[in-house]
Amino acid sequence: MGVKRRLAAFHLEVDPIACDGFGHCHELAPELVALDEWGYPIITPEPIGASDPALTSARYAVRGCPRQALRLERVKDAESRR
Amino acid sequence: MMRADDLPRLLRGTPGTPHTLDEHNSVFATTTSIPSPLEELEAAGVFGRGGAAFPTARKARLLRSQRGHHKSVIVNAMEGEPASHKDAALLSTNPHLVIDGAEILASIIGARRVVICVARNNTRVIARVTKAIHERERRRSRGVDLVLQTPPWRYVAGEESALVHWLNDNESLPQYRPQRPNILHVNGHPVLVDNAETCANVALVGRFGAEWYRALGTERHPGSTLVSVTGAVERPTVIEVAVGTPLRSVLSLANADPAPQALLLGGYGGTWISGEHLELTYDNESLASIGASVGAGVVAVLGREGCGVVETERVVRWMANESARQCGPCAFGLPAMGEDLAQMSAATRDAKLAHERLIERCAEIMGRGACHHPDGVIRLVRSALDVFAEDFAAHDRGEACVGAGSTRHFLSVPRLEHEGELIWE
Ligand code: SF4
Ligand code: SF4
Repeated sequence: MGVKRRLAAFHLEVDPIACDGFGHCHELAPELVALDEWGYPIITPEPIGASDPALTSARYAVRGCPRQALRLERVKDAESRR
Repeated sequence: MMRADDLPRLLRGTPGTPHTLDEHNSVFATTTSIPSPLEELEAAGVFGRGGAAFPTARKARLLRSQRGHHKSVIVNAMEGEPASHKDAALLSTNPHLVIDGAEILASIIGARRVVICVARNNTRVIARVTKAIHERERRRSRGVDLVLQTPPWRYVAGEESALVHWLNDNESLPQYRPQRPNILHVNGHPVLVDNAETCANVALVGRFGAEWYRALGTERHPGSTLVSVTGAVERPTVIEVAVGTPLRSVLSLANADPAPQALLLGGYGGTWISGEHLELTYDNESLASIGASVGAGVVAVLGREGCGVVETERVVRWMANESARQCGPCAFGLPAMGEDLAQMSAATRDAKLAHERLIERCAEIMGRGACHHPDGVIRLVRSALDVFAEDFAAHDRGEACVGAGSTRHFLSVPRLEHEGELIWE
């Protein structure tokens, strides 16, 4: 959509020290998390809008990470995806 | 009295024969009384010399606003860069200047303790600092506690979160810090971590005032700075120059090759620049125009006969080995980049493929470690691909240059230790 709203937006962040690279997050939120050649998550830099369905998968990923390495951070004043 | 525009300031004296406390107090005899050290520091514009060039006063102000009766000041003289010797030179000449500065910072933030951290293998510096601490202790009955700590030497051990981690738990491993600036704690108490050279600059401001201090350097980065010059030099030296000195003069002061092929600025996680840029001045504003910075004060000179591809490979392989192996992208990514570079420097059949893969890996790994160690390596690699573009192209075609075959290397890299031998404690 062409309209960009300034709403709360979120970003998925990984603690690289805690992460063990088994890649559950990629299975739970494939639209947000890619894996590098060693299986560690590469998270999309795009902020996730509050109404974006991806936010639900992001929450799944946070909850599903066996090492509790993921967090959802609120992005200040960012333009959301939709 | 020391003239404001005189050099050396920080290295005044004889390296290797440190000033005693009395000598120190007469050489650096205070000329002005300073009512508010923090404001004076702000006016002087002292900036950090550990690499990030952050305004020292701003950091001190942040720590001052923290509550706590057991804050400390940590003097970081770990010097993880193999090419850097400036903190060792400084502490071997004017240990009391560094301690003076740390005490001023302690009084600003309300700390009772100053912890000086020197890498364990640096026994000479340790002896000198120990002596300086004893001299001070004999003199006075009160004041801040001075403590010397000697963590093991590793490249990342000087990274401030790793240093604090060691002071807390005896492990020289960087910590994940999602929020920045973030306040580091030792035993639950806030700490201010500043580089040894930064402390010495603070001491100069405390003794002579901001106006005196600003007589050298640039508007945005006043004062003088220590530079460790290695590579194509008569012998590796540490020199002191005014910030903003032309690179050409930095080289001639250090008796370095006056017409080098390239310079590595900042350190082993720094930036290669071509030898054409000698008209630039040695300060961050000027160097930013070509994407470089003074970083930790290292200038490594690559002579015409050297091969940038080979030198970069050696440094990257060593840096990969120095990864603390906590984060996947750093632990696996850096060695993989080293392998790519090895293919290229040996000009094997796979060199071209390795070249493309290396570029992809740089983009993939960037920013994904808990500390900036991998980012530094990527900065180094990217600048090498740019500055030595022709050489890389030749290596890709299987035509390694003459320099690539020579056994003389310009950048010194410590022996690669086996993973099991690395001591993090
Ligand atoms: S699920 Fe958690 S531990 Fe596993 S790869 Fe993703 S972030 Fe890392
Ligand atoms: S990025 Fe590398 S050096 Fe830094 S904490 Fe992670 S593994 Fe250690």
